[in-house]
Amino acid sequence: MPVYSEKVMEHFMNPRNVGEIEDADGIGEEGNPVCGDLMTFYIKVEDNRLSDIKFKTFGCGAAIAVSSIVSEMAMGKTLEEARKITPALVAKELEGLPKNKYHCSNLGAQALNKAIDDHLKKQGVKVKTKRGRKDE
Amino acid sequence: MRKVYLDNAATTPMLPEVLEAMLPYLKDSYGNPQSLHGWGDEAREAIEDARGKVAALIGAQPEEIIFTSSGTESNNFAVKGLAGAQQSKGRHIVVSAIEHFSVLHSARTLEKQGFELTLVPVDRYGLVNPEDVARCIRKDTVLVSIMHANSEVGTIQPIREIARLAKEVGAIFHTDAVATAGTIPVDVSELGVDALSLAGNQFYGPKGVGALWLKKGVRIIPYLEGGVQEGGRRAGTENVPAIVGLGKASELVGKETGPRIEHLSALRDRLIEGLPSRIDRVILTGHPTQRLPGNASFCIEFIEGESMLMLLNHQGVAAASGSACTSKALKASHVLLAMGFAHEIAHGSLLFSPGVWNTGEDIDHVLEVLPPIVDRLRQMSPLYAKFSKEQSGRR
Repeated sequence: MPVYSEKVMEHFMNPRNVGEIEDADGIGEEGNPVCGDLMTFYIKVEDNRLSDIKFKTFGCGAAIAVSSIVSEMAMGKTLEEARKITPALVAKELEGLPKNKYHCSNLGAQALNKAIDDHLKKQGVKVKTKRGRKDE
Repeated sequence: MRKVYLDNAATTPMLPEVLEAMLPYLKDSYGNPQSLHGWGDEAREAIEDARGKVAALIGAQPEEIIFTSSGTESNNFAVKGLAGAQQSKGRHIVVSAIEHFSVLHSARTLEKQGFELTLVPVDRYGLVNPEDVARCIRKDTVLVSIMHANSEVGTIQPIREIARLAKEVGAIFHTDAVATAGTIPVDVSELGVDALSLAGNQFYGPKGVGALWLKKGVRIIPYLEGGVQEGGRRAGTENVPAIVGLGKASELVGKETGPRIEHLSALRDRLIEGLPSRIDRVILTGHPTQRLPGNASFCIEFIEGESMLMLLNHQGVAAASGSACTSKALKASHVLLAMGFAHEIAHGSLLFSPGVWNTGEDIDHVLEVLPPIVDRLRQMSPLYAKFSKEQSGRR
């Protein structure tokens, strides 16, 4: 087995917030099936806070654990706070990730960010991202 | 919890008789085979006895066996050493697209040194078409290396036919028989090859030992230079206990080949028939009939191999996968890609390789625990969600 921390294993075995939200306020997809990881995040927003988060993930143990912990870390946070969840914070919260799985932590944070972007766009807000990603 | 080891393609466990045979050479019989005294004689006799047993397993002469550290070493040795020894005749080599990396990467190294390399494609079943090999072979082709069987998908190649074509242009033919030697009957004259690799840990022998069979008269560049061991072609003090173990394993698996193949084939077929009837969208990979007795390989759609392995391990089951996430390099199996599978399908690769100690109950355990694992991962998978939506839209 890959050398995963207990926390990764725990989230992999019991992932939180798996699923879809039918009437999501924002949806974000990151990764692609070619590289082997694909994450979709669904969010509900109330008073600028993430009132519900669900995800679906195709990928390895790390990808599933990352999705789960990101959903947990972001739940109830304001959009601004949720955007501050960096890959490094995700990895730290999971008590570390193997080096070659680090990119998974990136995908989780990005998928959530894309869902927030999607929500804001629906609200008519022009989205600027620090990461230099073009908003369409 | 029931423990079910179904990863014999990675390594087989060792037969107890093999361990027994090895023990004296790890204890009191510690001599160096090259030494000129009683201790040396004892060790030398032991490795010569093993040489005879390994030769007998593949219908070869004892003096044609060179002991190595592994199948990987045998393949490196063969590809680099045979091509190197022939380069005055030509600098073109041919290998299949699904070779083990020890052949493929060695061929790439030769390419960097100025050799030309042609990769023979395979079909959807991982089968090399001899006519394709014939098309790849040229007047300056000095080496053709095609594996006897692929351990990932189990497909067995028509080596005899391919080797004949290689011979027609005077090229040397090497086959990586790591997955077949000691598993199915392998006879070097019947196959008509010039060189063949095998490894001990694939047929109930120890790890860290293999052999390269080299037909008498075929030239090769020494792999390790130093002393006179292995005819000066592979120097270094012999790994006596491991070589003795390899010999003992060769002797044991050479007997009762028929019943062993029958047993493994029955376990394999129980999986091949059982899984698709319990899980939808399962693809059998490899050839349906020309395949290794102990190989049941699949791609399970919409989910990823590493997750499956982790959950299977949780249920006491050891299997393998060629998914990108399971490889350190994060690349999907080159074998499955060469067979034409899309990346997302290849990521769902799952290989069960039963061994002699597995039982029908072991297989039934897998048939029981795998469907809920697949279901659980599919419920999490966005690819499966998309597929389900498309399906219900069609209805």
